[in-house]
Amino acid sequence: MMDQITPTLDAPAYDVERVRADFPILSRTVHDRKGKPGKPLVYLDSGASAQKPHAVIDAMTTFMEQDYANIHRGVHLLSQRATDAFENVRTKVARFLNAPSRDGIVFTRNATEAINLVAASYGQRLGPGDAIVLSVMEHHANIVPWQLLQMQRGVEIKVVPVDADGVLDLDAYRRLLGPTVKLVAMTHCSNVLGTVNPVKEIARLAHEHGIPVLFDGSQAVVHGPVDVADIDADFYVFTAHKLYGPTGLGVLWGKPEILKTMPPYQGGGDMIQSVSFKGTTFKEAPARFEPGTPPIVEAIGLGAAIDYVEKLGRAAIAAHEHDLLSYATQKLAAIDGLRIIGTAPGKAGIISFVIDGIHPHDIGTVVDQYGVALRVGQHCAEPLMEHFGVGSTARASFGLYNTRAEVDVLAESVLAVKEFFGS
Amino acid sequence: MMDELRELYQEVILDHGKNPRNLRHPPDANREARGENPMCGDKFTVYVTLNGDGVIEDCAFEGRGCAISTASASMMTEVVKGKTEQEAHALFETFHDLCTKDEHEHCDHGPVDEEAMEKLMVLSGVRQFPVRVKCATLAWHAMQAAIDGQGKASSE
Repeated sequence: MMDQITPTLDAPAYDVERVRADFPILSRTVHDRKGKPGKPLVYLDSGASAQKPHAVIDAMTTFMEQDYANIHRGVHLLSQRATDAFENVRTKVARFLNAPSRDGIVFTRNATEAINLVAASYGQRLGPGDAIVLSVMEHHANIVPWQLLQMQRGVEIKVVPVDADGVLDLDAYRRLLGPTVKLVAMTHCSNVLGTVNPVKEIARLAHEHGIPVLFDGSQAVVHGPVDVADIDADFYVFTAHKLYGPTGLGVLWGKPEILKTMPPYQGGGDMIQSVSFKGTTFKEAPARFEPGTPPIVEAIGLGAAIDYVEKLGRAAIAAHEHDLLSYATQKLAAIDGLRIIGTAPGKAGIISFVIDGIHPHDIGTVVDQYGVALRVGQHCAEPLMEHFGVGSTARASFGLYNTRAEVDVLAESVLAVKEFFGS
Repeated sequence: MMDELRELYQEVILDHGKNPRNLRHPPDANREARGENPMCGDKFTVYVTLNGDGVIEDCAFEGRGCAISTASASMMTEVVKGKTEQEAHALFETFHDLCTKDEHEHCDHGPVDEEAMEKLMVLSGVRQFPVRVKCATLAWHAMQAAIDGQGKASSE
């Protein structure tokens, strides 16, 4: 994914059944009851967290069984092996993002912490009279850290609106940019609308004013290729668990020349050069931002997840998900009274919808009985819900393992919802 | 499968969900509180008219939520009318037990209106759907907050 997901015509054949066999959880049934077989799991909640392939599970298990030790500290064999394995993942992540240097890859607990790191550290140079530009489609993770900064340092927050289809208003964005703006922080792909923002253009316009940009790529890295060098992002964040890896690990990419100027975010072991009670000197980035023992096993899992995704081919995954999105959009849009929220061209595999007269929570409970796992609620994007005048939505988010047959089950279960509530 | 859903969404609930009673803002209300469920974004404002003897003369609500939360709010406004603050409190605690505990685990929260509890039994299906308990109790939390003068309640 650069700006848009464009399925390539020469993408290799994608054998989704073989892919599904890699994910043990997909063979389970749900709601089994005495004397009644359960329903096959139709997992359409990958936008919240993706399921894990054997490759990830096995890599983490093998590492714990064979090579586990703390890193950067020991002279013994296992510590060296663990350190190498961990640092190799940093290199792998840099390649995955096409980042020019592994020195810009900082491991955090999750994408939320990565954004908080930038807000707390980079934000120290901001104060009253400075502004940050966000968009109305941001996840709470890319709103609240800036609001904390607003409370602490008096910075202003400016918000770019979206149109009725959920497309970012680039003209409004352009008008908001100016000398007071010190940072643009925006999602690459909306977790509610599926809108893929024109990040390259967003960065270009900001850079014309000398403003750095941060992109939240949590939903973007899973749906297609991302190239931070081509986008010219200054900061880029994502989380491992949505990329078929484990929970507990996020990634911040920052241009090393910017990271170098930023003060530590938290203090502790392994981020210092020397400590005395007179004072402390800190290591360079990324170590400077990684105090304490990091999530070592989780990093191994992320490395395996990246290998897995790259082996399938990110363009092939994008093409497969694009097919699912088109098919599902067609099937759901044909249902009377159902309205899709977010119809931007080139969107990623996410469909949010509402049904006249039926609350999303009730939709979620009924389709769950059919084995369909949907997310219902505000999706941690309350301002966007307000913008579209809905309290909440039901959301189907597709992963690399979903099938057209599962979309059929979704559509059938939604029809059952309508029948159940007599709507 | 449909049996469990019917257990949760009994006809009475579907009726109250579609045609909520006391969906209004009484001009003489002297207590009110907003209830929010951050998970789904549902918001209710519950209004209570409390007389000098501590009796709930009127109870109504505004806002919309799912079928379960709307039905529960609607039924709540009906059953707490005429109750004292203490009686409404005991009714809520007993109702909460109904939604969350097996029968043998229910606690004694003082005397409650048995007829009201019989009506509320239709909401006991949420016990099999723990994630929906918050829906069933949202308006009740707001009612409690209104009586206690807290202004705000959350089902978290």
